[in-house]
Amino acid sequence: MSETAVISYSRDSLPFRRSLSDAYSLTRPVDAVAVEERAASLAKRSLKKDAKVSGLKLAMSMIDLTTLEGKDTRGKVFALCQKAMRPDPSDRTVPHVAAVCVFPAMIPFVKEALGSSEVKIASVATGFPSGQTYSEIKIEETRRAVAAGAHEIDMVIDRGAFLSGDDQKVFDEIAAVKEACGPAHLKVILETGELGSYDQIRRASMIAMYAGGDFIKTSTGKIGVGATLPTTLVMLEAIRDFHHATGKEIGMKPAGGVANSKLALAYLVILYETLGATWMTPDLFRFGASSLANDILMQLRKEQSGAYQSGDYFTLD
Amino acid sequence: MSRLNVRKTYKLYINGEFPRTESGRFYPVRAVKGDEVLANACRGSRKDVRNAIAAARKAFPVWSGKTAYNRGQILYRIAEVCESRKSELEGELRSLGARKSVAREEVEQTIDRWVYYAGWCDKYPQVFGSVNPVAGPYYNFTVPEPTGVVGTIAPELPSLLGLVSRIAPSLVGGNTVVAITSEAAPLAAITLGEILATSDVPPGVINLISGFKKELVPWLTSHMDVNAIDLTGVAEADVEKMKILATGNMKRIVRFDAEKVSWNDTRLAQSPYAIYDFLEMKTVWHPMGM
Amino acid sequence: MTKATLPVKPETLERLSPGPASAFGLAWDYSPAPEAVDHVRIKPRYELFIGGQFVAPQSGRYFETINPATEDVLSEVAEGDDADVDRAVREARKAYEKIWRKVTPSERAKYIFRIARLIQEKSRALAVVETMNGGKPIKESRDIDVPLAAAHFFYYAGWADKLEYAFPNRNVASLGVAGQIIPWNFPLLMAAWKIAPALACGNTVVLKPAETTPLTSLMLAEIIQEAELPPGVVNIVPGGPATGMALVNHPDVNKIAFTGSTEVGKKIRASAGSKKLTLELGGKAPNIVFEDAPIDQAVEGIVNGIYFNQGHVCCAGSRLFVQESILEPVVRKLRERIGTLRLGDPLDKNTDIGAINSRAQLDKITEMVASGSEEGAAIFQSSCSLPDKGFWFRPTFFTGVAQSNRIAQEEIFGPVLSVLTFRTPEEAIERANNTPFGLSAGVWTEKGSRILKVASKLRAGVVWANTYNKFDPSSPFGGYKESGFGREGGLHGLRAYLELT
Repeated sequence: MSETAVISYSRDSLPFRRSLSDAYSLTRPVDAVAVEERAASLAKRSLKKDAKVSGLKLAMSMIDLTTLEGKDTRGKVFALCQKAMRPDPSDRTVPHVAAVCVFPAMIPFVKEALGSSEVKIASVATGFPSGQTYSEIKIEETRRAVAAGAHEIDMVIDRGAFLSGDDQKVFDEIAAVKEACGPAHLKVILETGELGSYDQIRRASMIAMYAGGDFIKTSTGKIGVGATLPTTLVMLEAIRDFHHATGKEIGMKPAGGVANSKLALAYLVILYETLGATWMTPDLFRFGASSLANDILMQLRKEQSGAYQSGDYFTLD
Repeated sequence: MSRLNVRKTYKLYINGEFPRTESGRFYPVRAVKGDEVLANACRGSRKDVRNAIAAARKAFPVWSGKTAYNRGQILYRIAEVCESRKSELEGELRSLGARKSVAREEVEQTIDRWVYYAGWCDKYPQVFGSVNPVAGPYYNFTVPEPTGVVGTIAPELPSLLGLVSRIAPSLVGGNTVVAITSEAAPLAAITLGEILATSDVPPGVINLISGFKKELVPWLTSHMDVNAIDLTGVAEADVEKMKILATGNMKRIVRFDAEKVSWNDTRLAQSPYAIYDFLEMKTVWHPMGM
Repeated sequence: MTKATLPVKPETLERLSPGPASAFGLAWDYSPAPEAVDHVRIKPRYELFIGGQFVAPQSGRYFETINPATEDVLSEVAEGDDADVDRAVREARKAYEKIWRKVTPSERAKYIFRIARLIQEKSRALAVVETMNGGKPIKESRDIDVPLAAAHFFYYAGWADKLEYAFPNRNVASLGVAGQIIPWNFPLLMAAWKIAPALACGNTVVLKPAETTPLTSLMLAEIIQEAELPPGVVNIVPGGPATGMALVNHPDVNKIAFTGSTEVGKKIRASAGSKKLTLELGGKAPNIVFEDAPIDQAVEGIVNGIYFNQGHVCCAGSRLFVQESILEPVVRKLRERIGTLRLGDPLDKNTDIGAINSRAQLDKITEMVASGSEEGAAIFQSSCSLPDKGFWFRPTFFTGVAQSNRIAQEEIFGPVLSVLTFRTPEEAIERANNTPFGLSAGVWTEKGSRILKVASKLRAGVVWANTYNKFDPSSPFGGYKESGFGREGGLHGLRAYLELT
């Protein structure tokens, strides 16, 4: 056996090819039981003291603070933006969240509320949450959201096309939306709860990355199943293999169901032990969540004061 | 003038063939009453043992790879051919001194024993295998597999029934066998070789060696490519010595205690537990996930 | 954008042979998360447990037992000699004849259920002591050793009054006194594997725990007392090899059950006379990864297969056979993965790799690894820092290993993996079986029919397909060839402790 043949880190020499067959070249089976066991075992890591506080603050900085409801208004969005910029007005060491995530119609209000803040504006688009509309409309919606001020677009893939085997359509649509994004970052929502298996999630991840997505994201939050630890692990492993093959660093966003600090820390552990410290940044990891921020604040306060906290002391926004 | 009888040369049965012993030596087999020499049997050597083990090893994947149904068919075929050569086997037992009724009973029991074990081939895995309810998302099952090459030292008496009672359960389980026949009464056992050769038994699955046990047993017992040893034909006093020889490669040691159980006992002298003695239990785990 | 900063330490994987450093080398410094030990009291001295009492040894000798992670003395433990073993066997015989064989099977079951429950109640203390005395990570003793030990008693408790259903057309009878000798790698769990079926089948027991890890066996003795098991039904006599051989040679012992090395197993077999015998011995298990395998999960399985319990596992997947077409990604992922293994204080809940059980074992591992380098294999090793005191060995693997190398033939019993390659399934099977051992094997492929075929061709008692190192009381465990004979666990495990008539 030749040792030089064993390891070849020649990723820089590999051109970034965009095609469905590239995506298929990294499609691999995933063993469901093993991936669930691995995720469960990582979730048992015990984070105390400094590791916990720094982890919680990092988690806060990774939140896409989200409201995606039919009843969203300027007032609701305004309040959310205040929380986004200063999660704990009494403690300036708590970082602001990464972004505020809304429907396209809410972008102007977010823009107004955030002002010159460094918090990013993220908007869902492409017929969110089902994606069951015309490609032209999806592209146009993206274009308008970016024009309105969105820094980041959270698109949904066409699960109907994916599940009926039309991967090419899924691939082409992502590529077209990416093009429509211009300078905005594209997060591709796979809606993993609808894909049926980890093998499918891995395949969809590869399609999304090879088609040009900057982030891959688990869920819309609009169906029963949101992000899970094993689903996230599968996607992180896909990101790792993609990175090895192309040199590109793709972000990850679990969304839906990440409701408390303990779970958020478990996600960070999985991130850290799969992709390492390079990925431990809001540039490459986000939480799509609405209630996580308050729980993090309560946990940080508890670490400070030593007493367990009550929701009465933390604003609902 | 009466016709001169054509005498049979009793040879070894190795790899489906009937070689003379490579040693070129023989020993006279005598009738119990009188001093008449009935035949010159091969005085097998350690090299014969070695050759037989090599043949058995080669035959192991062939025999263990056959379907259970097929193994059962072949063992039943042995019974059929034994039945057709009943009088010959009886004659050989009688020539050594057995009374007519005793010889007949032994041959009939022998045939019935083949039939009994033939029927077990496709059943013992269901009796001894299991699906195990492990606490987790795994499918877990245990199946019996053959141990490998079995060395069998047949008892002196009953020379035919004893041999067959010990080799049949090994064969049922998919093992291949090298057996050392009764030293004093090898004739029927050697004729059994001729029966096996005409019963669709693949070459090397059963190998029969006649000779002096004290010259053969230690070589069989210490051979590193034998996986289990059946010491039924070894005197109790010598068992401990053989056990130490068998430990070099951790052979499984089996011994049927004929002092305690009659060879005619159809519950204890033949049973699936005799098959179990030459089996390894393999447990397989596999996750159950979507 | 304000970024929260993480305390980081520089890369954890260093390059010891050709190939680049890990791409993901930076560490998030998890703060220490030690398991609380204040609720655990280790006595300064432990006596022999004979006839239901803790008694001073007739030998008059005590040996110190240490924490291999700190080399601190934890306690001193009585050492049984021939006379002590004789006394224990006599008590076991008396308890067998006078009490235990007369206890109805359903009552026998209830005693064993009680033991199971008490292990659960005291699980955390048992886990802590197991970790302190043996060096294994608390997450393993807490989540695997102790729960499985309790489960084993639960499983066999239920058999006690159902034995007649296990062996059709046979009467079952207990054997008498069972002498049991267990190893240091899973001290409490091995005690459970031995004692539970023996009691369920109506035997009494003299157990000798391993020299370096007697403490949880002695805590089990306290549990047995608390369960009010009749005196003498279980006796525990710590000591070294001489104590074990006294048990093996004792004329009034009916059965010997041993788990340990093949070398000692052979000696025991040669000395055990007509005693019934079961042996669980060494291994050099092949772990075969086909090109269609789920690679990331296979890598986890490889890691769990060889680095679980510092590789002190008889069924460890110590020979990795990788199909040549996927050697590069498998080795790359393995390199990255061992860089993330956390070696250190076994009591820390985040520790993946604990201490080597003893200095002697550390010396043996060190010697074997040196031979691997000498024979020309390329070594990859985590560069994690090692504590100043105690016995430690970095997770290690070799590539370019030849079938004939010592590291591919001999059991190392440490966190050291040999990576070999194959081209076709036939070649994989042939090389996997090319060993005197036959305890366990692993196979990784997505193809169902290949799993079943390969599993049936591997000459090993346990085959893990798309998983590794899984254990359950209902699942029979034991080896082919020189890995021993007899099975522990499941219905098949009963056979070792019964006479069928």
